Amino acid sequence: MESAQKTVHTDEVVKKIPTRLVKNNIYKTVFLLATVVTSLVLIVLLARIVSQGAPYLSWDFFQNFASRRPEQAGIKAAIIGTIWMMAVVIPVSLILGVGTAIYLEEYAKRNRFTSFIQMNISNLAGVPSVVFGLLGLTIFVRMFFFGNSVLAAGLTMSLLILPVIIVAAQEAIRAVPNELREASYGLGASKWQTVLRVVLPSALAGILTGSILAFSRAIGETAPLVVIGIPAFVAFLPTSVFDQFTALPMQIYNWTSRPQEEFHFLAAAGIIVLLVILILMNSVAIWIRNRFEKKY
Amino acid sequence: MRKVKFYAGAAVMSTALLLGACGGAETEGNNNSASSAENAGEENQQLQGEIQVDGSSTVFPIMEAVAEEYMMEQPGVNVTVGQSGTGGGFEKFAAGETHVSNASRPIKEEEVKALEEAGIDFTEFEVAYDGLSVVVNKENDWVDHLTVDELKKIWVDNGETKKWSDIREGWPDEEIKLYSPGTDSGTYDYFNEVILEDAQIDKNAVLSEDDNVLVQGVTGDKNALGYFGYAYYAENKDNLKVVPIDGGEGPVEPTNETVESGEYSPLSRPLFVYVSNKAVAEDEAVYDYMKFMIENAGTLSEEVGYVSLPEEEYQSALEKLEGLKK
Repeated sequence: MESAQKTVHTDEVVKKIPTRLVKNNIYKTVFLLATVVTSLVLIVLLARIVSQGAPYLSWDFFQNFASRRPEQAGIKAAIIGTIWMMAVVIPVSLILGVGTAIYLEEYAKRNRFTSFIQMNISNLAGVPSVVFGLLGLTIFVRMFFFGNSVLAAGLTMSLLILPVIIVAAQEAIRAVPNELREASYGLGASKWQTVLRVVLPSALAGILTGSILAFSRAIGETAPLVVIGIPAFVAFLPTSVFDQFTALPMQIYNWTSRPQEEFHFLAAAGIIVLLVILILMNSVAIWIRNRFEKKY
Repeated sequence: MRKVKFYAGAAVMSTALLLGACGGAETEGNNNSASSAENAGEENQQLQGEIQVDGSSTVFPIMEAVAEEYMMEQPGVNVTVGQSGTGGGFEKFAAGETHVSNASRPIKEEEVKALEEAGIDFTEFEVAYDGLSVVVNKENDWVDHLTVDELKKIWVDNGETKKWSDIREGWPDEEIKLYSPGTDSGTYDYFNEVILEDAQIDKNAVLSEDDNVLVQGVTGDKNALGYFGYAYYAENKDNLKVVPIDGGEGPVEPTNETVESGEYSPLSRPLFVYVSNKAVAEDEAVYDYMKFMIENAGTLSEEVGYVSLPEEEYQSALEKLEGLKK
């Protein structure tokens, strides 16, 4: 009893309880405030966008091309253009990204060269998107003569999100326990068979989750498109990857800079569409993670 | 089993995405060709081609309107309009990436040089007027007009903050808050040419590429002064007060009439379109598009908030275009 009283000074504790409780409450309030402020900003923003844009969301809005008359303007070219661009971005960035991750994790020896590559990939993930735009303009638009086409924009966006996909895929591959690989080798499988039939299936959920989040970044980015000169007014749909196009963020950007208030409302409607697409994609990512991710 | 599921899931997802993309595009494409076939019956001559237009964001609304109307007449011609800014547009024009370049100021010496080096001959057309509007806050009850000299005194940097009382006797002893379009815009270039005359703009001025930011700034500050294109003033008449400008012959307010007649001087400016001579001569679609633009620029620019040129100007522009054809 005595020794217990020495380690826990009951009187002291009792004396300090009120101040501790006050401190507790202060911190609780501070953190609550932080949460409330951030959510309030988000709610105000969303409420404003929805109240401005919702009346303009109609079937026509999806069926019409851009127009000088706000009531006739729509996002047909923009939304189809975005889909076309993603049809380039998804395969290119997945193949290159997952390929790089497999090489770095499964094949490459750990030496200075690979750690140098590793460091550069991490750095690239932090490079501002405008820089990728300039890269795309110089290489794809001018050097390869792709012009401001779906292909040039798609490749630029692929480069932009590659680092994110590589890092996500590496994490996923690294999470696959070595015992699985060893068991596979033990059964006589070759390296490639192991990667294809053991490692990739186990890592697939993680890879897809990270990739889908990266794709949503590609859908929302405006700066690289502005730099490579994607037009804001396009009243036709691309028929191949070499055609010109416009994308959702470009259309929104164009509408917000117009003097007429109706265009700002149209921009809000465009933002709602973009947000819904992004929320859908992120939900799919979360679903895949919850449904398929394996715990070892 | 599990693995099979993964593959199946992944495969279904990616094919769905891809098919979604192609399928959507295909059906849209069919709709288009159907409607173009309808139109083809009405039109005698159907052209095919691609026309790339880029340049000033100020001219963008006019070009968008022209392209929109033109593609209803000629659905086989795909016109795209970008808004890289006057300078950015000329850069693409010189790189041979565009056929038509919009500008909210005349082409600069070095831009002409770049085009010459690239071997691109071009012709300048005026399409409409814009009255640069100098505006103050609605609650500003002291400014009745400003002379060009006063504007210059307000905007040119003299190393210190300026108060309204520095500009004219009897005005309040309050600091002037300045709002100006960004230095990349043709609007700034024009203001620089006629008011600043290459002097440093007041370093305290807020510069923004987005004119709506300027509108917000002036609306929210009693001591603010800003300038931007007429369309932005016309849209926000209720929240802004326009300042009549005295260019030497008494204060004139920018209106459609004073801008068109040239009375609103020196701040009424022409908007330009530059076209590659070679494109006009060799590409029937570019020629036809330019012709359509000149014929309709007047009405369409009025519709999107600018001021049309006098009719004779468009007539002589048409003759100029015909000259390029030969």
